[in-house]
Amino acid sequence: MAQLTYREAVARGIAQEMARDENVVLLGEDVAKAGGVFKATVGLFEQFGPKRVLDTPISEQAILGAAMGAAMTGLKPIAEIMFADFLGVCYDYIANEFPKTRYMTNGQVSCPLVVRCGNGGGARFGAQHSQSVENWCMQFPGLKVVSPSSPVDVIGLLAAAVRDPDPVVFLEHKSLYAVKGEVPDGEILDTLGTAKILRPGGDATILALGMMVPRSLQAAEALQERHGISCEVIDVRSLVPLDTQCILGSVARTGRVFTVEENPRQLGWGSELVSIIADEAFYDLDGPAVRITTPNIPLPAADALEDLAIPSVDRIVEMIRRSLTA
Amino acid sequence: MTEKTRPSAGETAPAGEISPEKRLEIYRLQVLLRQAEQRAYDLFLQNKIKGTSHLSLGQEAVAAGAAAAMRPGDLSFCTYRGHAHTLARGVPVEKVLGELMGRDNGLMRGKGGSMHLTSVEHGVMGSYAIVGAHLPIACGAAWRAQYKGDSDVSVCFFGDGATNIGAFHEALNFAACRKLPVVFVCENNLYMEYTPIAEVTAVKHPGADRAGAYGLERIVIDGNDADIVYLTMSKAFARARAGEGPSLIECLTYRHSGHSRADPAKYRPPGELDKWKERDPVSIYRKRLEAQGVPGATLNAIDAEVRRLVDDATQACEAAPSTSEDILFTDVYADGGCSWRN
Ligand SMILES: Cc1ncc(C[n+]2csc(CCOP(=O)(O)OP(=O)(O)O)c2C)c(N)n1
Ligand SMILES: [Mg+2]
Repeated sequence: MAQLTYREAVARGIAQEMARDENVVLLGEDVAKAGGVFKATVGLFEQFGPKRVLDTPISEQAILGAAMGAAMTGLKPIAEIMFADFLGVCYDYIANEFPKTRYMTNGQVSCPLVVRCGNGGGARFGAQHSQSVENWCMQFPGLKVVSPSSPVDVIGLLAAAVRDPDPVVFLEHKSLYAVKGEVPDGEILDTLGTAKILRPGGDATILALGMMVPRSLQAAEALQERHGISCEVIDVRSLVPLDTQCILGSVARTGRVFTVEENPRQLGWGSELVSIIADEAFYDLDGPAVRITTPNIPLPAADALEDLAIPSVDRIVEMIRRSLTA
Repeated sequence: MTEKTRPSAGETAPAGEISPEKRLEIYRLQVLLRQAEQRAYDLFLQNKIKGTSHLSLGQEAVAAGAAAAMRPGDLSFCTYRGHAHTLARGVPVEKVLGELMGRDNGLMRGKGGSMHLTSVEHGVMGSYAIVGAHLPIACGAAWRAQYKGDSDVSVCFFGDGATNIGAFHEALNFAACRKLPVVFVCENNLYMEYTPIAEVTAVKHPGADRAGAYGLERIVIDGNDADIVYLTMSKAFARARAGEGPSLIECLTYRHSGHSRADPAKYRPPGELDKWKERDPVSIYRKRLEAQGVPGATLNAIDAEVRRLVDDATQACEAAPSTSEDILFTDVYADGGCSWRN
């Protein structure tokens, strides 16, 4: 057992996979000698050398395109797109290339690669460096989307993503990079498409992702202490594939569901989950499914404003309390 | 087209060694591409091919000359205008026409269509319908070859219009600074869809004039002369295999038909097409072979053999069942299906 930060876990996960399989390579801007702008790839260049850890030009299309060409022909690239917002400049690969290749070629070509990004807000970076882009990625048949909330999950899910035969977008939360957690020794391998119940509870289900996971856990604690409301907190972890059974099972037990999403409201990831619940668990529900999200605004930079925008522990507590006691 | 960009009409063979067998192979390839594309066009007119399609009629010398210079194992990355490049690597005509016609015998059983022809077993790593997207992808395949010490070269074909998209520049810089074994082939047919490339480009030669910015040699060739294409490609391959890095070859050529099926190409100045037809790559090549003493009967026999092949392929496609419903949901994910949830 060791205490690792989330960012150290990223490096350890990559190192674990690079040591296991020499076809695993890492490329991105500043990822090699500098160890990444978020310091999430520190030590990899020293350990694996310039052939396997590449500093690229500021060429997001070249990064994802090269990762794709390499993946199609036998490598297992891990490509870093520094800020998830920058997927906007190489979205063609996310939207049109990676996910459609297997289908269009009738199974001839696959793209087993991982795109890692620093995702999410809370760092006062403003509207173009703070977005939560899960919903930019989860709409494409053929693509997988994962977002861990703890160091141990970072390693296990990253390993699973690297070993997965399909393209995976791996969203690391920027505001979690400094968070520490217990990590067992030895190889860690998790499973895509599995959610985790982090706190059991009987009155309501909270579905959360990334930085909203620790906030939801705190909110659940407060709801219990202050209001006697018992919430089950689920870290969804993997949006595609989705652990629908875990989610529907919990909703069946509690009868109420809340999503806690960092993305702006329109078509956030929770809307798809709520739609599934409405279809398949309607008669389990004792009240409306409620989405707690950032409002329909670009994220502001100033700390006071950003804190108002992204769901806070207090807002989560308040919305759940009001909804359950209405 | 302007007189300036039109290559000189030389019927003499370019300098460089090409064996008689190779010349016949290049001739046959061009005839095959011409006849197959012509057949695709006819099938459109009969409404047997739906959707869109982009023909390489008039541009056969590029595909034939390039393919003749490739080795098995080399990888082709094509655009939506990719039938010719796909056929030139040896993919059967029936598979290509079947794909265009949405038949079960198609190359991807109808799941890709005209713009996405792919045949991994022939080294055709895909045809890409987003302009410029495949240049970085070809770099990635070349990077894998370099990484693994494989000797294959990746070849990326694209149009003049693709040189103004960011991915072109990102790919050239990436390939040049990593010395990747990739050959970029710009087929400058003077037009994008309907707009002349010259009207929207800051330099005269959209491909070659950019090469210098990435430390590459400026190469502009007559893309209607398959021998020149073959010899230039061969040099670029040798350079790539020797670890000396990428090349960018701009081939001047012209499409005889419109941009796509729906395009009557009314935007072209009168007489332009006729001028280029005087430089028809297939007739130039035939004349050259005859001048070199190849009997007309030998060439006629090749023409007839190809005609039979294309006829047989057409018949097979017309007889083939339309693509089967059971593949609608397959091959979205690696498990073979499309399920994204448990
Ligand atoms: C990114 C992108 N923009 C626009 C288009 C629409 N489009 C398809 S082909 C084409 C013209 C491309 O011209 P060029 O690169 O010269 O190739 P050619 O068709 O002449 O072979 C355009 C604009 C596209 N497919 N992708
Ligand atoms: Mg063009």
